[in-house]
Amino acid sequence: MGPWVRGDDVLRVLFGLVGLIVAWSLGASPAEAHPHVWITAKSEVVYAPDGSITGVRHAWTFDEMFTTYALQGLATKTKGVYTREELAPLAQTNVESLKEFNFFTFARADGKKEKFVEPVDYFLEYRDSELTLHFTLPLKTPFKAKQTALEVFDPSYFIDFKFDDKDPIKLNGAPAACKMQFQRPNDGTANAQRLNEQNFMNGDNSNYGAMFANKIMVECP
Amino acid sequence: MRLMPARLAQGITIAFAALAAVVLFDAAVHAVMAQNPFGGPRPPAEPQVGGIIGWILAKQSEFYREMSATIRATKSDGSAVWTLLGISFAYGIFHAAGPGHGKAVISSYLVANEETARRGIVLSFASALLQALVAVAIVAVFAWLLSSTAKTMCSAEKAIEIVSYGLIAAFGARLVWTKGGGFMRALQARPGMAMAAAHHHDHGHDHDHDHHHDHDHSHDHGHVHDEHCGHSHGPTPDQLAGPGGWRRGLGTIFAVGMRPCSGAILVLVFSLAQGLFLAGIAATFVMGLGTAITVATIAVIAVSAKGLARQLSAGREGSGTLIMRGIEFGAAGLVLLFGIGLLFGYLAAERATCL
Repeated sequence: MGPWVRGDDVLRVLFGLVGLIVAWSLGASPAEAHPHVWITAKSEVVYAPDGSITGVRHAWTFDEMFTTYALQGLATKTKGVYTREELAPLAQTNVESLKEFNFFTFARADGKKEKFVEPVDYFLEYRDSELTLHFTLPLKTPFKAKQTALEVFDPSYFIDFKFDDKDPIKLNGAPAACKMQFQRPNDGTANAQRLNEQNFMNGDNSNYGAMFANKIMVECP
Repeated sequence: MRLMPARLAQGITIAFAALAAVVLFDAAVHAVMAQNPFGGPRPPAEPQVGGIIGWILAKQSEFYREMSATIRATKSDGSAVWTLLGISFAYGIFHAAGPGHGKAVISSYLVANEETARRGIVLSFASALLQALVAVAIVAVFAWLLSSTAKTMCSAEKAIEIVSYGLIAAFGARLVWTKGGGFMRALQARPGMAMAAAHHHDHGHDHDHDHHHDHDHSHDHGHVHDEHCGHSHGPTPDQLAGPGGWRRGLGTIFAVGMRPCSGAILVLVFSLAQGLFLAGIAATFVMGLGTAITVATIAVIAVSAKGLARQLSAGREGSGTLIMRGIEFGAAGLVLLFGIGLLFGYLAAERATCL
């Protein structure tokens, strides 16, 4: 009556199939499917006169679709013109909401995580149908480090961060000996993390967006 | 009795092959479409992402990005609306193939119940339609009628989100309750069945006995026929279509379809601002159509997988019933887990646009 296989093996295959569907749904769900908001960023690392880093100054330009969404229902004196004052409440909402996401800015001084406090000097600017959010993120404790690593990204990749083509990062008042390296997520360098099926399926993808991180390294001897 | 004919193993292999074929076919179709992505300019290359999932993510990202440019183009050239609809359709297909709870909830529901593939398809389309309707309603009420700010809109989206996750959890809890009963009964029936199973049954008996049970299928039937172990005869299509038959799926439709897609809301708000609200609405429904096709495909796979499981376990007498009830119970538990996970943030779903 032909070859036979063990019934238990059949069952194992079945449960494997169920497991596959579960993994597909559960394992993949912590990540955003794709970005919904695009930000073109320009950032400055701000130094104190003594050479320690005090904070980061961002200028984030939102894409047109998100800009439209953000501006809806906003009353203005002149149609299509938004003054800084008229945009002030929205800027307030923006920085308040960003807090939940740690401002998408992550700093490490010689490998140690550094914290930021509430943003200061924030305002919105409207130009060519795009909004730009300016804000300064002060460090909780300014620091001097041999190696400072700064990452800008959305861990869930709802927002795509792309640094501006010209002048993406500036060091503002850094000691002359400091050198900066900037790595875009898609510049194909060896260090760039690759996403593949395997690390997608293994469930450890809570930091999925890190694949799309912009990395800034400042080395000061 | 612990042995099974090789043709059953073959059946599983065929099922896996079919699954792979679906994925490959899908890939091929869209590779062709990608040759000419409706004429729009290609966005800059995405970061290197490997495999089928990475490719799905890259594609939907690409289509989504093209949408805003196409809406703008529609303003000056009305014929661009066809391009917009094409992109929206493709986006819907890809978006649903990516991570998301909708297809998981529908598939789990179908597995937990005696459901047909046809019902799976109907549920997929109905929930996608509802999802599109909710998105249009939110934007029509908040952005168009009330001229609400982004902040208000975001709060509304979040509120709907919580209600929809709560619905999934409640729905899952109900399924677990009913399916748990069936599972427990199958467990209790097991010792006696194990005796029966001690006999050598290698005859691949066909379970097409015409049982004339007069079931009222309007209830969420967790029917376990202990008296004829191994038979899990699903209701016939005409029974399903009968009164109350379709109503049973309503819970799924609401649980899945209530939470609109953030992308659809952004597209709608943008098209409204461009004075092209109707084009945006059309795009949203076409997007839903694409989503429905993908979800329906997955739902049919899930139903077929369960059908295969039923066939396999049919020869296993008592433990066969137990396996089937176990699978159903597991699927019910999964729906509950999804609901709780989403509700309490253990599972991150697509975020509402709140910045």
